[in-house]
Amino acid sequence: MRYLWLAAYTDIIESLRARWFMVYAMVFGGLVVILFAFGLAESRIMGFTGLSRLLITYIQLSMAILPIFVLITTVRSVAGDREAGVFEYLLSLPITLGAWFWGRVFGRFFVVFLPVFAAMLGATAWGLLKGVSAPWHLLLYYTGLLMALAWCFLGIGMLISTLARSADVAQGAAFVVWLTLLLFLDLILLGVLIQEQLPPETAVGIALANPMQVFRTATMMLFDPQLVLLGPTAYVILDSFGQAGYIAYAMLYPIVLGTVCAGLGYQYFKRSDLP
Amino acid sequence: MIQFENIVKNFRRHQVLKGINLSIERGQRVALVGSNGAGKTTLIRCLLGEYTCQGRVLVDAKDPRVCRREVLSKVGFVPQLPPPLRMPVGQLIRFAASLCDSDPQRMVSVAEELGFDAQHFHKQPFVKLSGGQKQKLLIAIALGRQSELLVMDEPAANLDPQARHIFFKLLAAKKDHAAMLISSHRLDEVAALVNRVIEMDQGEIVLDDKVADLVELSSRLYCRIRLIQAEEAFAKAIAEWGFSASENGQVWDGYIAGPDRLRFLGLLSRYAALLSGMEISEVEQQREASINVV
Repeated sequence: MRYLWLAAYTDIIESLRARWFMVYAMVFGGLVVILFAFGLAESRIMGFTGLSRLLITYIQLSMAILPIFVLITTVRSVAGDREAGVFEYLLSLPITLGAWFWGRVFGRFFVVFLPVFAAMLGATAWGLLKGVSAPWHLLLYYTGLLMALAWCFLGIGMLISTLARSADVAQGAAFVVWLTLLLFLDLILLGVLIQEQLPPETAVGIALANPMQVFRTATMMLFDPQLVLLGPTAYVILDSFGQAGYIAYAMLYPIVLGTVCAGLGYQYFKRSDLP
Repeated sequence: MIQFENIVKNFRRHQVLKGINLSIERGQRVALVGSNGAGKTTLIRCLLGEYTCQGRVLVDAKDPRVCRREVLSKVGFVPQLPPPLRMPVGQLIRFAASLCDSDPQRMVSVAEELGFDAQHFHKQPFVKLSGGQKQKLLIAIALGRQSELLVMDEPAANLDPQARHIFFKLLAAKKDHAAMLISSHRLDEVAALVNRVIEMDQGEIVLDDKVADLVELSSRLYCRIRLIQAEEAFAKAIAEWGFSASENGQVWDGYIAGPDRLRFLGLLSRYAALLSGMEISEVEQQREASINVV
């Protein structure tokens, strides 16, 4: 266990000094600053105002950029480290492959989640300073959802990194995965598929299997509890899960998916050439 | 100590190692030489358990792929190209020392002996160090712990002559209880360090020979060179070895590490037409081993 945390700590130190982390942190920090600058905290939509309104917008934007950022930075840095000879040297030190791999996963999770969470906390702290009431339940709920989403795409990123033998191939594969999930986020496409005689259960199944759609639906649930915006799909979701059930699913499914992907990546990693 | 039993390694359809059988005992210092693509690095990576392969690799009867911690805790490895690590020097030393259950201060001391002040650079990212500084630190990490097997890929390539001499002395201290595998694509770079030479070509061992073990790793030679006339290019080359000039640049004095003699003579051979006299004598053992060219 000591070696696992040592590997995690090393990965955190490496990442904090990397250029991608600076860009990544600036994007999420900048997002909050822009939302404040455009007075989003003062505007009202669907009954939401103040920090709640800001957090809802922030979480919607996060859904669009967090997965691709996590995927690209993970595959580029992990596959890039392998290409540059970092693996050759560090894996010549006496560390077990399990401690090394999972240490990197945990270290990387901390690094990708930190700026997202820090930006949200910063926004809340700023709001409190300005005398706005803080939506603690929203903050807690969104923190859980973001953690699940970040873990899910980190797991997918680690799987791609271990399968691809070069940083360029890994980056291309990550982009294709993201685009595919983005494509099936489009409810219009799902509607067209149903029109083309695709059973509705399959369409709903696709929506429930897509971690980005699961996240999106879960975030919508807060300001649209009946999921009116989703149309008929909402009936299936609410009938099958109920509101609390779906929230639990939205938290657990991405974590399970991410863990399975990372686990498969680890199995492949320990059986293949390391550098 | 090390057994390679019928090692075959394929990269897709290309066979890089073609049934290597090799045994290396403690106390042996092996030069692994061969041109690029001969399979040296692949063999080393199999030894470190980094590559999967057919056949068996055993270090003290243990498979490095299966018993990683037991095997690698005995191995000090210096790669040919330093990894582009962004972590600070102090962090790298602490990380390596923690994994190897070693004292980080010992690694710092070895680095200082080699002429690299690790305390001064402890916050500096490793990747920002010069080539020579990186090499010294990696050597310090490999030698500043209880290693019984040293695997080094062109270890002294970036070292200045003074650091090379210290490096050879540090190797001398380990030579009886450790095995060493020193990879290089040029035999003259490592010839004086080793007592066995293995040459690889196209994934096969084409030469396995013992070498007369006459050169003391820790020995030092005094050298005086006389030139027909001063020459700027020679002055620049010899100054890198720490030599100083007198008599208007026509006489040069300095010290070289014993195992570096072949490499040094290689340098002088490039300026053979300029030489009017040369004297080399061993200083530490007070043993005269002079070569006179007049």
